Amino acid sequence: MMSIAAARALTGGKRCFVGIGLPSTAANLARRTHAPDLVLIYESGTLGSKPDRLPASIGDGILAETADAVISVPEVFNYWLQPGRIDIGFLGAAQLDKFGNINTTVIGDDYANPKVRLPGAGGAPEIAASCREVFVVVRQSKRSFVEQVDFVTSVGHGRGKGDRERLGLRGAGPTLVITDLGVLRPDPETSELVLSQLHPGVEVEQVREATGWELKVSPELSNTEAPTAEELANLRALKEASK
Amino acid sequence: MAEIVSLADGVGRLVHDGDMVAMEGFTHLIPHAAGQEIIRQGRENLTLVRMTPDIIYDQLIGAGCARKLVFSWGGNPGVGSLHRFRDAVQNGWPVPLEIEEHSHAGMANRYVAGASGLPFAVLRGYSGTDLPKHTDTIKQITCPFTGERLAAVPALNPDVAVIHAQRADRAGNVQMWGLVGVQKEAVLASRRSLVTVEEVVDELEPVPGQVILPSWAVTCVAEVPHGAHPSYAQGYYERDNAYYEEWDSIGRKRDSFQEWVREKVFAAGTEVKTR
Repeated sequence: MMSIAAARALTGGKRCFVGIGLPSTAANLARRTHAPDLVLIYESGTLGSKPDRLPASIGDGILAETADAVISVPEVFNYWLQPGRIDIGFLGAAQLDKFGNINTTVIGDDYANPKVRLPGAGGAPEIAASCREVFVVVRQSKRSFVEQVDFVTSVGHGRGKGDRERLGLRGAGPTLVITDLGVLRPDPETSELVLSQLHPGVEVEQVREATGWELKVSPELSNTEAPTAEELANLRALKEASK
Repeated sequence: MAEIVSLADGVGRLVHDGDMVAMEGFTHLIPHAAGQEIIRQGRENLTLVRMTPDIIYDQLIGAGCARKLVFSWGGNPGVGSLHRFRDAVQNGWPVPLEIEEHSHAGMANRYVAGASGLPFAVLRGYSGTDLPKHTDTIKQITCPFTGERLAAVPALNPDVAVIHAQRADRAGNVQMWGLVGVQKEAVLASRRSLVTVEEVVDELEPVPGQVILPSWAVTCVAEVPHGAHPSYAQGYYERDNAYYEEWDSIGRKRDSFQEWVREKVFAAGTEVKTR
């Protein structure tokens, strides 16, 4: 459901900077179903990739073979991302907090001696800063959804409304967080993430239990529509083609 | 003009103990054979630079070749963690590893500054992140024209860059294509360079999307077929995904890693330097 909900958030014609894993699955599913003209950009230097299977990594050869253009890594970041040419940054997260800040660096508060050393920043800090908006797709649990991240690798809404402007960040930041339980959106007044949509069969209490802060629920809470047969068939076909 | 040498000669002449070494290749064309030759020759105290220290640097770190790592993303792509890297950072095994951590945009711009002969690069990055608290090669700077606050990062000028490419001619002109990553910038930023290639040919045929490194911009070229394996060389062979998955269990334990070094990097019967 998470991949399908994330794919639905991507609409046609948009230019989308895609991270590997869940974002890549969702972006490829969207391109295969309702958004065939979605433009996929990978940080390895491919603009407009059209793979017919899921790439194994951001540098899978199929991304270069099916791209409109293959460019260098400095060019991706300097010419395409930094000036704001990309509509949506699509990221995953190891840890996410109630203002949508992302940690992919270390778990624990001692950087030099962490509990868990994660891969690090990669392209995410500037993707989160410069895309017009950011979608985050992440599995929800008390461990991953925390009051405040241990390390700010990529800025969401900082410590609240107005922080992005103060920091000089150009895009709108995370406008959508899609999880295996539902969808969260920032409150327009405070920028705190609130539950705005529940996936089929999920109760509000269940989402609260999987959240490490006192989760607020939108007064307009809606339900995610069940996956269609077409969506499920396409998701299965994509996964099958990737084996 | 680039000299055509063997891999062992190239590493022996260009990579010295204590050097800053950049081995690049963004998923594609990673110079694995050269990395293993550096282990074989027992280099120590290297400062390793790489945007994505994946398996190649896990091997060099586990073998004790490195004292410092400058990077922006460390992991086994699509698989998980780098266990040798973590063991070195967290437990100092086999030698302690200092880290200097950036974002991809920061690293790419550091190479661009190095290749451009400038002391630093400017980018709109890092603002609001915790990275500048721990990395003293990230500073704030004010634009003299607009007053905007931006990030400045110093140029990278490694002692030696090592990359892999598809082809070279006998004069040492190098041709590469597909995902070209940051390899051209790494070579131009470095004082010396070693390019391993799939094949040396009499004449380079033009290829769409190619990058040419002219012979005079490269120090040495070595013909090393399959030199990027387990990564891939577009037009020559595919990525060995099974190897990346197997690495997770080989790299996880010190014993299995050492056994791998003895079996796969050193010829059977060779005496292995242990630290």
